[in-house]
Amino acid sequence: MDISLSHVDYRYQVNTPFERLAIQDVSIDIPSGTYMAIIGHTGSGKSTVLQHLNALLVPSEGVVAIGNREIKAHQKNKNLRQVRQRVGIVFQFPEHQLFEETVEKDIMFGPMNFGVTEAEAKKRALIALKQVGLAEEILEKSPFDLSGGQMRRVAIAGVLAMDPDVLVLDEPTAGLDPRGRKEIMEMFYALHKERQLSTILVTHSMEDAASYADQIVIMQQGKVVKQGTPEEIFSSPADLVRMGLDVPEVVRFQLKLEEKWGTKFEKIFLSIDQLSAAIAKQLGRGVES
Amino acid sequence: MMEKMIFGRYVPADSLIHRLDPRSKLTLIFLFVCIIFLANNWQTYAIIGIYTFLLIGLSRIPIRFLYGGLKPVLWLVIFTFLLQLFFTREGHLVFHWGVVKIYEEGIRMGFFISFRFFFLILMTSLLTLTTTPIEITDGLETLLAPLKKVRFPVHEMALMMSISLRFIPTLMQETDKIMKAQIARGVEFASGPIKDRIKAVIPLLIPLFVSSFKRAEELAIAMEARGYRGGEGRTKYRQLSWKWGDTLQLVLLVIITILLILFRS
Amino acid sequence: METPIVSLNGVTFQYDGQERKALNQVSFDIYDGEWLTIVGHNGSGKSTLAKLLIGLQFPSEGEITVCGIKLNEENIWDIRKKIGMVFQNPDNQFVGTTVQDDVAFGLENMGIPREEMVHRVEDSLKKVNMTQFLHQEPHHLSGGQKQRVAIAGVLALRPAIIILDEATSMLDPRGREEVVETVRALQDEKSLTVISITHDLEEAAKADRMIVMNKGELFREGTPEEIFSMDEQLIQLGLDIPFSVKMAKAFRSAGIPLSKHYLSEEELVTELWTSRSRM
Repeated sequence: MDISLSHVDYRYQVNTPFERLAIQDVSIDIPSGTYMAIIGHTGSGKSTVLQHLNALLVPSEGVVAIGNREIKAHQKNKNLRQVRQRVGIVFQFPEHQLFEETVEKDIMFGPMNFGVTEAEAKKRALIALKQVGLAEEILEKSPFDLSGGQMRRVAIAGVLAMDPDVLVLDEPTAGLDPRGRKEIMEMFYALHKERQLSTILVTHSMEDAASYADQIVIMQQGKVVKQGTPEEIFSSPADLVRMGLDVPEVVRFQLKLEEKWGTKFEKIFLSIDQLSAAIAKQLGRGVES
Repeated sequence: MMEKMIFGRYVPADSLIHRLDPRSKLTLIFLFVCIIFLANNWQTYAIIGIYTFLLIGLSRIPIRFLYGGLKPVLWLVIFTFLLQLFFTREGHLVFHWGVVKIYEEGIRMGFFISFRFFFLILMTSLLTLTTTPIEITDGLETLLAPLKKVRFPVHEMALMMSISLRFIPTLMQETDKIMKAQIARGVEFASGPIKDRIKAVIPLLIPLFVSSFKRAEELAIAMEARGYRGGEGRTKYRQLSWKWGDTLQLVLLVIITILLILFRS
Repeated sequence: METPIVSLNGVTFQYDGQERKALNQVSFDIYDGEWLTIVGHNGSGKSTLAKLLIGLQFPSEGEITVCGIKLNEENIWDIRKKIGMVFQNPDNQFVGTTVQDDVAFGLENMGIPREEMVHRVEDSLKKVNMTQFLHQEPHHLSGGQKQRVAIAGVLALRPAIIILDEATSMLDPRGREEVVETVRALQDEKSLTVISITHDLEEAAKADRMIVMNKGELFREGTPEEIFSMDEQLIQLGLDIPFSVKMAKAFRSAGIPLSKHYLSEEELVTELWTSRSRM
């Protein structure tokens, strides 16, 4: 399912002294099957963009197209439920949304709200639970008896069980330890590959954006300031630094080395292995000459 | 609607009334509630009215803002008036049409009681509009301090109040976040039959309770780690200072009281 | 050898109703003025360690000595004057309604006279660069700013030791940097001992010494250089290895020789530069 935002503005608390323009003239295209990373500082407007992706917010100006449904400013937008079923959102610290008596019931909650039968929801709960790497025994437990990491996975399973076409992830690994972080990111990547799931990742981590995304959008002060493939984005690292954003460690290393050596490599490398191979080649060539 | 309500809202400004010590303002409100019952004729109500509007003027709260905010309450005042008007059966019969009988005393009582109500609302709004909630808490804590002698937990109450005030915005943000997460999972908060809407509140309330308990627990640990062990031996950082304006203000109130006693019938 | 400011001796702890010991026979020393980082996966016992150090829990076996005093239930209030702690969640440790009230909270608890309080509040806020936010309410502050206020609250009590219990884990990169830089500046300027519990390896790499916890036991103790030489083993423990170690590993497997096992990023760049110029 394709999603696109065209010329979207969003204002908070319209007609009060607290009115604030959160995003301005934002246009983003997310074709079906894309893995897109949205990067920016806290307050850059990326969370506001995220909430437009399944009509939690309706634009103050502009149009959001989700599949063949258009959500426009200045009009009543009814029956947003169908849209929400297609686009699943994993919010930051999603474990805060758990509330049912058992893990199974909590995972079934989303699908059943969207009219899935109980039997079907049960089946989906089991599948989703396995996808997030939890054991079946956990189904009958109370979600509040689980560890923080397990709760996070149950909450994610609750979104996956809705069987969405698009998955929106808001800092899904915040607060996890390195192992948990890696496992969760790999799991989402595998889902993206297997099911051709469009994935939109809102993150601070340049590393994750560089390793998983095929498209990157950079936001600053409510506007899209840069958009492109990871190679395009990171090939002009000076821009990122000027915006106060990091570059991936591997790019940073390449830049340091280029400065020290006084030469440039043919391109920017986004993985450690590619970079080390390129360096080895350079050093090897040095021996020959 | 919520944005226009002014009950319990603080409007920052630098006025004579804003600068008054919360203790003197609290005393004023307390005494005002008592002396308003001294008023029983046109002269005395006029005195109360002039006094109230004098204070509002000094507070620099725009009248239009006050009017907008009090509009919902004005209906109550009008209702009180009508109630008195139709149901008081004393004095001369002034108007008679079908079952509707209006007596002279009804008009008088209608005006007086609704005025009393109206002035009370104005004065209490003035307190909250010009005093931050934390100042009110500090003021109460000091004024109620003598109650410690009878083992009334004044310090604990004040601490509870200030912590609640501190966490209101945090909880509002949290509510908004959980609500959105559940809407994304297909919950409809704003439409559907009443029964469904009540059911929809559960996925919001349970996570809020759970997280509030967790917050409370963590906060208690943090407070203990920072050396909190009850009110005993504690000093206070926030300081209230009684200035000449506070004394003057109370003197004015005494004068008003004397005038009321002189002019009441 | 210097005398330790904190020492743990055979410390064991078990939470009620749990089978496994959260801490098992943990012994180590912390020295005056050092920056000690404790790492370990979630549930390795590192946060329990912090709670024991500040007397929120007591060891079931073994003993903890802080500044020469053996910690017990009678003297925890004295110990808490010597150790300050910054917790993980910026919101759940902000007690005051404004920045200045929050910094003053600990001082009020200790019965410090008001004139002294005013002075200390101002002074500590200056140290964390938050003076301009004196009257600000917490919901208008970023996570990093709230944590800096928490640090000021600790500093105002003039402790010898500050514990950061995953204090940066809920912050964005900018906030994380703010907090680490603030603590680093403080530590450089005077003899404040820092105990930092973290997942952030870049932060850990800058410590004087590191402790690795695993399943409630002290797994390894050493300089960052020694710890990071464990590479694969660290990953098995659910931890990560810093970028420079990953890079060095890739170089070795690509056939580029390196002089020693652990190199910082700068050292790595220099080494590659030398090997290039040697050709």
